[in-house]
Amino acid sequence: MSAHENITDNGLLRFMTCGSVDDGKSTLIGRLLYDTKTILADTLNAIEKTSAKRGMEAVDLSLLTDGLQAEREQGITIDVAYRYFSTGTRKYIIADAPGHEQYTRNMVTAASTADLAIILIDARKGVLTQTRRHSYLAHLVNIPHVVVAVNKMDLIDYDQEKFDAIVADYKAFIAKMGLFNDGRDIQFIPMSALNGDNLVDRSEAMSWYQGPTLLDLLEAAPSAHQGHAEAFRFPVQFVCRPQDSANPELHDYRGFQGRIESGSVKVGDLLTALPNGRESRVKAVQIGGVDIVEGQTEQSVTILLEDEIDISRGDMLVKSGEVPEQKKEIEAMLCWLSETPLSPARTYLIRHTTRTTKAKLTGVAFKVDVNSQEHVEATQLAMNDIAKVGFKLAQPLFSDAYSVNRGTGAFIVIDESNNNTVGAGMIL
Amino acid sequence: MTTLSKQTLSHLDWLEAEAIHIMREVAGQCERPVLLFSGGKDSICMLRVAEKAFRPGKFPFPLMHIDTGHNYKEVVDFRDKRAAELGERLIVRSVEDSMKRGTVVLKTPDESRNKHQAVTLLEAIAEFEFDACIGGARRDEEKARAKERVMSFRDEFGSWDPKNQRPELWSLYNARVHRGENIRAFPISNWTEMDVWQYIEREKLELPSIYFSHQRDVVMRGGAMMPVNVQLASGEILNVPKAGEEVLNQTVRFRTVGDIPCTAPVLSDADTVEKIVIETATTTITERGATRLDDQTSEASMEQRKKEGYF
Repeated sequence: MSAHENITDNGLLRFMTCGSVDDGKSTLIGRLLYDTKTILADTLNAIEKTSAKRGMEAVDLSLLTDGLQAEREQGITIDVAYRYFSTGTRKYIIADAPGHEQYTRNMVTAASTADLAIILIDARKGVLTQTRRHSYLAHLVNIPHVVVAVNKMDLIDYDQEKFDAIVADYKAFIAKMGLFNDGRDIQFIPMSALNGDNLVDRSEAMSWYQGPTLLDLLEAAPSAHQGHAEAFRFPVQFVCRPQDSANPELHDYRGFQGRIESGSVKVGDLLTALPNGRESRVKAVQIGGVDIVEGQTEQSVTILLEDEIDISRGDMLVKSGEVPEQKKEIEAMLCWLSETPLSPARTYLIRHTTRTTKAKLTGVAFKVDVNSQEHVEATQLAMNDIAKVGFKLAQPLFSDAYSVNRGTGAFIVIDESNNNTVGAGMIL
Repeated sequence: MTTLSKQTLSHLDWLEAEAIHIMREVAGQCERPVLLFSGGKDSICMLRVAEKAFRPGKFPFPLMHIDTGHNYKEVVDFRDKRAAELGERLIVRSVEDSMKRGTVVLKTPDESRNKHQAVTLLEAIAEFEFDACIGGARRDEEKARAKERVMSFRDEFGSWDPKNQRPELWSLYNARVHRGENIRAFPISNWTEMDVWQYIEREKLELPSIYFSHQRDVVMRGGAMMPVNVQLASGEILNVPKAGEEVLNQTVRFRTVGDIPCTAPVLSDADTVEKIVIETATTTITERGATRLDDQTSEASMEQRKKEGYF
């Protein structure tokens, strides 16, 4: 990755790994970091020492993703950890979350920012309950790309027939459950994370597999917003009014600052401000006070309008003609994150884009059994529960369906008594 | 009307956009934030991000440095110069004042003051009633940081409880606190050391001179290079070689700058940002492994310090 060479920058991809320690998840991450030369000598020395101390012959790459002190003592990971590596053309952020049932909330957290999910299957065991759970969660949180990694192929003698059978099984399962039935990209790879087969280097032991390696897929996966037709959504975070500046030209400067959740914006576009509904054309799009030609999805920009409109944090700028719904009642899939159960009697806060409003539960339609995807009757939600619920809101939200737009379809629930984030919602 | 987004943001553009978004969330959600600026490379990047987030307006927060009194003069001078250039308010609070007040007590006079910054920081937070501190910590620096939130909640004692952190989903950051509590916000959480250097190169950011290759007297102490006879801004000379220690004149640069007694330089000929980017791509030692003596005390030492209120 030389500073001189002008290598095409393919941006950044965020992905998550779904599986348990037993599936070789930590080994897979360790192997990716190791084979992309992300692990430096001193870190490698440290895990060599630990491996030897634990009486292991080879270096245990899974130690690379070892976590916090308390967790080390318990020998398990109980949170989401983030890892980084780069291939020179693309930077990667890995969200590493544990896969056990009681950690549904951590999986959902990791999934919320992922563009791609790697679902690990132990080749000896095939499609298990946890595979169904992970697949359902990846579907629910709407991760655009899914890679099903059939790991530990070395332990089944790299048997193609067994791999094909697992793939067929998995396809039958998702077809039956209606998962990923929206044309989402799903790929299958036979691999051995332990030996490095088909992760970064092509497997010599599986010449029957001519498809891409895991890294090939990661390098080629389009980022979340690439190639999609998306409506312009600009939640206002902050209003820049430098009127106390010594520069008189800035006296009337009024810049609306935020990150473009979707779509793009340029000078002359006709925008509508929500909630007040007033329209104006874009006078300038800037970063740091400097004009840019076009603001793109995920860019943080400042927008100046031709007319003076009263806009503040929590408002949204959209293109006229593609205005989202304004809702004072929402239906959503909700994942409960808190040890304190959801109470129908209490008033919560909902944070949606940059907007915060009071909210009250109107009902729980059903709870989802994450293992079987069956609907179960429920009135209460405990930690790790996922349910279809309704909320009524004090202020309207400007929302799209989560399945169409993750940025304007997602919200969090906040408990005002301790300000904790207690729920994660996806608007239907 | 609907437009097709075809272009991909480069990784630096993406990281910058995310950092701007986080800073604006702090500014939008918190009453009295502050940005911690040490004159180090990470906080220098944060200042450029803040310019992109808030110019042509002023920053909606002051800058603050917790000075151990044992910082390199070049870095302290740079800190003051940069704050003046930006026309932003710089608050400096000193560990030595906490020592005078008796709230910081050193075990030995030459003990590293790095961990004691936590006390002075908490005193400054109370003094100014800050409800959010924006810091330049990165998740790639250390194991305990890999799980750190972008918005990390601290209780009234400034303590970080790894078991009591708010889930952080999508980019919906929750910076709400009650009086006395605060949020530590980390806009460059997702940057690596390489990203920082590439950003410095792209943005042509000026750095304190000790980041570049220079000649320096050092001794070998505990397996690391220890700079000796360092003259502080006060004129005091720090790290006089002990009897029997051999003083070597080496060509070195600093990968991190911090409290002098716990920050070691690395051997390097890299005298430009471009050369440092190349060196960073080919190094075999992690940033903290090479240079931070305080992290080597125990495997979990960073986690321990964070629980005590450190960043």
